[in-house]
Amino acid sequence: MKSAVLQLETLVCPSCSQKIEAALKNLDGVQKDTVSVSFSSSKAKFDFDENTLNIEDAEKAVGKVGFEVLKTKIR
Amino acid sequence: MQRFILKNKTAIAFISGALIALAFLSKLIARFVPGYESAFSWAFEGPMIAASVIGALPIFIQAYQSLRLKVVSIDVLVTIAVTGAFIIKNFEESAIVTFLFLFGAYLEQRTLNKTRNAIKALTEMAPESALRQNDDGEFEEVDVDDVDVGDILLVKTGAKVPVDAEVIGGEGSVNEAGITGESIPVAKEPGSGVYAGTILENGTLQIRAERVGEDTTFGRIIELVEEAQDSKSAAERFIDRFSKYYTPAVLVIAALVGIFSRNIELAITILVLGCPGALVIGVPVSNVAGIGNGASHGVLLKGSEVIRDFSRLDTMLFDKTGTLTVGDPTVAEKKYYGDKTETALDCLAAIERESDHPLAKAVLKDLGERPYPEVSATEVIKGAGIRAEVDGHKLAVGNVALMELEGIKLTPEMVADIKDFESRGSSLVLTAMDGELKALMGVRDKTRPGVKEDLVRLKRLGVKNLVMLSGDNQGTVDAIARELGLTEAHGNMLPEDKAAYVKRLITEDKQTVAFVGDGVNDSPSLALAHIGIAMGSGTDVAIETSDVVLMNSDFSRLPHALGLAKATARNMTQNIVIAIGVVLLLLSAVLFSDWMNMSIGMLVHEGSIMAVILNGMRLLRFKLRK
Repeated sequence: MKSAVLQLETLVCPSCSQKIEAALKNLDGVQKDTVSVSFSSSKAKFDFDENTLNIEDAEKAVGKVGFEVLKTKIR
Repeated sequence: MQRFILKNKTAIAFISGALIALAFLSKLIARFVPGYESAFSWAFEGPMIAASVIGALPIFIQAYQSLRLKVVSIDVLVTIAVTGAFIIKNFEESAIVTFLFLFGAYLEQRTLNKTRNAIKALTEMAPESALRQNDDGEFEEVDVDDVDVGDILLVKTGAKVPVDAEVIGGEGSVNEAGITGESIPVAKEPGSGVYAGTILENGTLQIRAERVGEDTTFGRIIELVEEAQDSKSAAERFIDRFSKYYTPAVLVIAALVGIFSRNIELAITILVLGCPGALVIGVPVSNVAGIGNGASHGVLLKGSEVIRDFSRLDTMLFDKTGTLTVGDPTVAEKKYYGDKTETALDCLAAIERESDHPLAKAVLKDLGERPYPEVSATEVIKGAGIRAEVDGHKLAVGNVALMELEGIKLTPEMVADIKDFESRGSSLVLTAMDGELKALMGVRDKTRPGVKEDLVRLKRLGVKNLVMLSGDNQGTVDAIARELGLTEAHGNMLPEDKAAYVKRLITEDKQTVAFVGDGVNDSPSLALAHIGIAMGSGTDVAIETSDVVLMNSDFSRLPHALGLAKATARNMTQNIVIAIGVVLLLLSAVLFSDWMNMSIGMLVHEGSIMAVILNGMRLLRFKLRK
């Protein structure tokens, strides 16, 4: 299990974070209850299973709902 | 393709704006050029249709994506409204609404970025790379994320310290302003600790990493600021829940209106008017801007709940030592009686050397190096002092109560001196040898410089009671209270008495209470009070336990913290009023007037969003008037 922090482009509406949260929760390998999207710092944080999920797929999923991922950190 | 469109939303907004301008231009020309009129409807509607289609693309995509995730977002409302306008062939409205929506989003993003700049200045201080010693003993540059605890790192002049670490070699001075707020560089030598995010101004240091990444003091501060900005008060959670149902509700109402009135124009106008934008964004914007301002002024307000409580403050309680005073007691005045003074002082030094009471330390410092004869039969009398035998003499060192207990006679002169010392706020240390008082010492702790002015400012900000709670004797406490102009002061209080006092104020007097005190001793009171503010150089403890963190435990930041909390709370209320007011205004306009249409609705709506953001941004410039 690893935890990821995605730095996103500036989020404009608090409801944007709802979309990103839903998109990440829909992915296999993401721990659903660890997903949190911060409106003020424009960051998405979540834990995931590195054997099931490729982090690039998470970036793609966020991109697909319309938000650019600027930087990804994994620990 | 979808990503391409979304990425170029701004460009699309400008293209659609240009097309709309073109359409109005041809309308203008049509008025003056005869014969142009026949072509007019095409020349006007053509660009409008194009603008609608281009502008609607990104909105449609966003709406589709959020619907797939079962979220009814504003995009959905706008999409339906635009489609409706298109169907009833009102191309002018569909074009203007899409344009305003996109352009508004663009402006909002730009201004919101500004509200976050305060924090950005902080995060940009984060170190990016480090020079790490590899197996060959050479130093190579690595990403700061790759540094582990125990790694040996090299920091050169002008570079940032990458992690919290211990100095193991070299010397230098470090500017720690980012962490402690102290702008004077601090000298470091082997054994000293250094913090991530501070800057080595001169010298070269070899350090061993002790804490890395988010565990460093710097990392935790940023984490806390971000958490604080995102934390939601009960009111905000209500708004969140509300807007979750609000948007679908608007959809249903618009549908019902459309079905019963058979007026599609009216139905889609309601869709646009109902957008909840300003309400949802108003409070978070104030929050982000207020906390951002604090972060750049050495004040961390932990979340909007804290801001709300702090802004309603009735009573502020202070611990004395180390909070209102410097915390370094010294002997301020002394008097000797009778003969054999030197013998008595030697014995006193010997006794005090074995004690770690703060008063004992002050006395010892004042006495200087002495022969220290052997001490025997030491007996500590709680709340009074020490009894001991030194070099064949019987000694009693302590307060007035101890002298009474020992049956030491005090002459009227001595009694007058004691009164005199106490009235000036001294804690007393009396020394009796072989049944006679030999020395009277007054130990005083200086009040922090500037603390009086800070208290005046707090009072001006509307704090009703400034109360000091201290374990010291009432005389000392009263003297300091007079000096500083406190409302009340209570002495002889143990930590549990202080906690009981806090509890009584909260439960019986229904006051909003802040407690400012030592992070260790006063932790029960800090936890009980609505707002706990821990002082003390142990930055870690202070940061973790405080609701309001003052960088470097700097008391003088307290008035700014309170003023900011009040301004932020006011700002939130203003934003809620603006948001709700605008929605009410729009709804009544659509019901009772005939000038309201979709475009004006969208304009007012986007305008109200900008209004709350700009209002929130005022907080970034907030500064307490002197």
